[in-house]
Amino acid sequence: MTNSINDISDAKCILAIGTNTTEAHPIIGMDVRQAVHRGTRLIVANPLEVGLVEDAALWLQHRPGTDVVLLMGMMKIIVDEGLADEAFIGSRCENYAEFKESLKDYPLKLVEEITGVPGEKVTEAARMYATNKPAAILYTLGITQHTHGTDNVMALANLAMLTGNIGKPGSGVNPLRGQNNVQGACDVGALPNVYPGYQSVADEKIQKKFEAAWGARLDPKPGKTLTEIIPAAHDGKIKAIYLMGENPSLSDPDGKHVREALNRLDFFVVQDIFLSETAQFADVVLPACSFAEREGTFTNTERRVQRVRKAIEPVGVSQPDWWITCQIARHMGAKGFDFESPEAIMEEIARLTPSYGGINYKRLENGGLQWPCPTEEHPGTAILHTDIFTRGKGRFMPLTYRPPAEMPDEEYPLVLTTHRSLFQFHTGTMTRKVKGLNIFKGEERVAINPEDAKSLGINDDEMVRVVSRRGDVTAKVMITEKSPKGTVAMTFHFAETPTNELTNPAYDPVAKIPEFKVSAVRVEKVKKAAVSTAR
Amino acid sequence: MTISGTAVAGDRKLKTVSLTIDGLKVEVPEGTTVLEASVKAGIYIPTLCYHPDLEPYGGCRLCVVEIKQMRGLPTACTTPATEGMVVTTESPAINEIRRASLEMILSTHPCECLVCHRRDRCGPNDICLRSVAVDDRCVTCPSNQDCELQKVVDYLGVHELHIPRDTTPRDIDNSNPFFDFDHNRCILCARCVRTCQEITCVGAIDMANRGYNAKIAAFNDLPLFDSICRSCGECMVRCPTGALNPKEVIRSDKEVKTTCGYCGVGCSMYLGVKNGKIVGVRGDPEGPANQGRLCVKGRFGIAEFVNHQERLNMPLIRKDDKLVEASWEEALSLVAEKLGKYRGEEIAVISSAKSTNEDNYVMQKLARAVLGTNNVDHCARL
Repeated sequence: MTNSINDISDAKCILAIGTNTTEAHPIIGMDVRQAVHRGTRLIVANPLEVGLVEDAALWLQHRPGTDVVLLMGMMKIIVDEGLADEAFIGSRCENYAEFKESLKDYPLKLVEEITGVPGEKVTEAARMYATNKPAAILYTLGITQHTHGTDNVMALANLAMLTGNIGKPGSGVNPLRGQNNVQGACDVGALPNVYPGYQSVADEKIQKKFEAAWGARLDPKPGKTLTEIIPAAHDGKIKAIYLMGENPSLSDPDGKHVREALNRLDFFVVQDIFLSETAQFADVVLPACSFAEREGTFTNTERRVQRVRKAIEPVGVSQPDWWITCQIARHMGAKGFDFESPEAIMEEIARLTPSYGGINYKRLENGGLQWPCPTEEHPGTAILHTDIFTRGKGRFMPLTYRPPAEMPDEEYPLVLTTHRSLFQFHTGTMTRKVKGLNIFKGEERVAINPEDAKSLGINDDEMVRVVSRRGDVTAKVMITEKSPKGTVAMTFHFAETPTNELTNPAYDPVAKIPEFKVSAVRVEKVKKAAVSTAR
Repeated sequence: MTISGTAVAGDRKLKTVSLTIDGLKVEVPEGTTVLEASVKAGIYIPTLCYHPDLEPYGGCRLCVVEIKQMRGLPTACTTPATEGMVVTTESPAINEIRRASLEMILSTHPCECLVCHRRDRCGPNDICLRSVAVDDRCVTCPSNQDCELQKVVDYLGVHELHIPRDTTPRDIDNSNPFFDFDHNRCILCARCVRTCQEITCVGAIDMANRGYNAKIAAFNDLPLFDSICRSCGECMVRCPTGALNPKEVIRSDKEVKTTCGYCGVGCSMYLGVKNGKIVGVRGDPEGPANQGRLCVKGRFGIAEFVNHQERLNMPLIRKDDKLVEASWEEALSLVAEKLGKYRGEEIAVISSAKSTNEDNYVMQKLARAVLGTNNVDHCARL
């Protein structure tokens, strides 16, 4: 997030696009609703009728994968009606003329046609966002999980810059990160192209700095992303994988392909707290302890580094992940892995990561710190880009509409979009172990519009088979108006209904994120048990 | 914080007012209620419906006070403090009114124990010499000794009821898998209703009916499980009695402050521990992201998976296509030997968005410095 969770309450207008906030980020969902109660105007843009729709002043129900058109359409109206923040654009941004020119490609009629949203609503949304300042944008995977996810994010950045809604309290472009420490994992370099603190592996100076610090020769060539690692394993190019606390067997697109890839590995190590669906493919399984049994830090969606503390002793002989990894390194004869505690690791992180430079456990005792926090005197940063953007001037990006990689056709006439339930988490490794949560949501339900159900002759609660070019799964149907005509929605929490058998691994060329939000499927009647992911 | 005439909150300067409470000079920001001003001055005023997180309500009538030049006995929780106000929080007249209000509250609450002078000496297994029914006894209530009603009864010294009790049994809604709503113990303070409207903004419950039939209910009086309730338990946290209570109440020996391991909001929380197991979770009111709030997963979805019997407790090595238990030394040596055979392009490390920064740091360091590969990623995209 460019801003902080707390300052959502300062927003006069909130655009919540591609986020089911009350299900996936329940506490932020409460904040948004409280803001609405105090008079904040809420615009929800989502193909599905998500929880926040009932609180919204305006709901834009655009077709899946048409965000760029919707947002560019809104921006054309803002420019045409003279609602752009010319002063902000003049002093903080560049490439505006070219961008303005590109908006000509998005006349309202075309926007209506592609997105399915009535023109008046697009206009009203544009005016509402541009005139109620400060305005905050909240988004999640509904924006990013597309083959044009990067374009979607750039469209949002354009919109915020166009109206000067960045760098101020209550404004900003705010991705709500999904997992407890997805922000931190990125921050400390668990990415193929950057060292900790987003320092490029291809930068020679940076490479030298890390070579000196770690006493090893380092490769300046960026590595593969997870969505490239799995196909490379399938092709036999990657022969061994060491995996910690993830469950690609259920979470990655095209599940069958993932399982084949894992089966082809010469050597596969999995480190986890449970014998997950993925761990069942492993040659060695290492027992890690849960967050309640260890010391450390998580970094939340607002870049706040917070302490994790040991409440109970590790279960069995399980060990913290850092200990296991260090032991492996030491068994391999490597130097630089003799940390005595997570605190010592954080000292090394702070030494090598400018944005974490002022972060240490002593300071964290008094509460979290938001990066960038470069020195021990620095109080942390609540709002980014207040005076200057990271690259200097904010660059407007002209964008072209690129449809999803797989559009519905005669054979696969429906769009499958994946979403999440409040009562389960990701692949359910943790939440499926909690009885009460399974009482609330214990099985997959394919959300389908009444019209689609009628034309297929399907009744509520009936077992159906959902089929894509990559595989099929069975699940019960839930007939609901919350899913628009032509779109079915499923979660991926259940091993019994591994929805990612269906999803399309086609990914965004820059971010390499798969298109979970649009896969072409068909729904058939069946009366058969669910398929299993077992080996 | 009060600084000579102006209290500074952020960059906004707030005006302050000064008033006298029980002879004590108190200075508070404008808009503060008389009740909050008294709390600040360290003066206790009994109340059951007031909660610092919620808007003033004025329902229980226990916080009545005398204010010079004001008629009657206004409720301190709904009266804003004004300049020069003179407040008396305690007098025989005030306490008489308070006791009368409290008796009305008690007339629909199990209260034989509450008003019994022996309550402190009575254990759960003692035989009651006054033949009080089991479900009328404090010692069988999960909130015993943690009950605001008990505290207020003790403070005001109510030992008998002068009005008839309504002992008609009321419903117990145990439809929610995590907490029960025992309407017999409900005193209609509406903290739960207001929490659901003001804090979570779900509005699953409201006051229904009138008089002795009044109750807290979901729409159409549905069981909570069938209502729009999201099961966050915020209502339960604010219930002053034993009406809303977790299904399993185990009081912890110690609490450890940590950060929730589910989503990216980063709620600060306390894990309650007893006999080496997690027995409860409490939101941290100081938590910058959550301000004490938690969702259903954070509050009710942690202890069970952490304590789960299927937790891996030994390293496993595949032998004859079966995973069999091994020692750490055996497992680590095997992993080190095997990983050592691959370098660069041939190997990849998948790190974790669920693990700590420190775990992820050593993983990517291992990949780059030891295995010689930049093939390191995690599920950020999934």
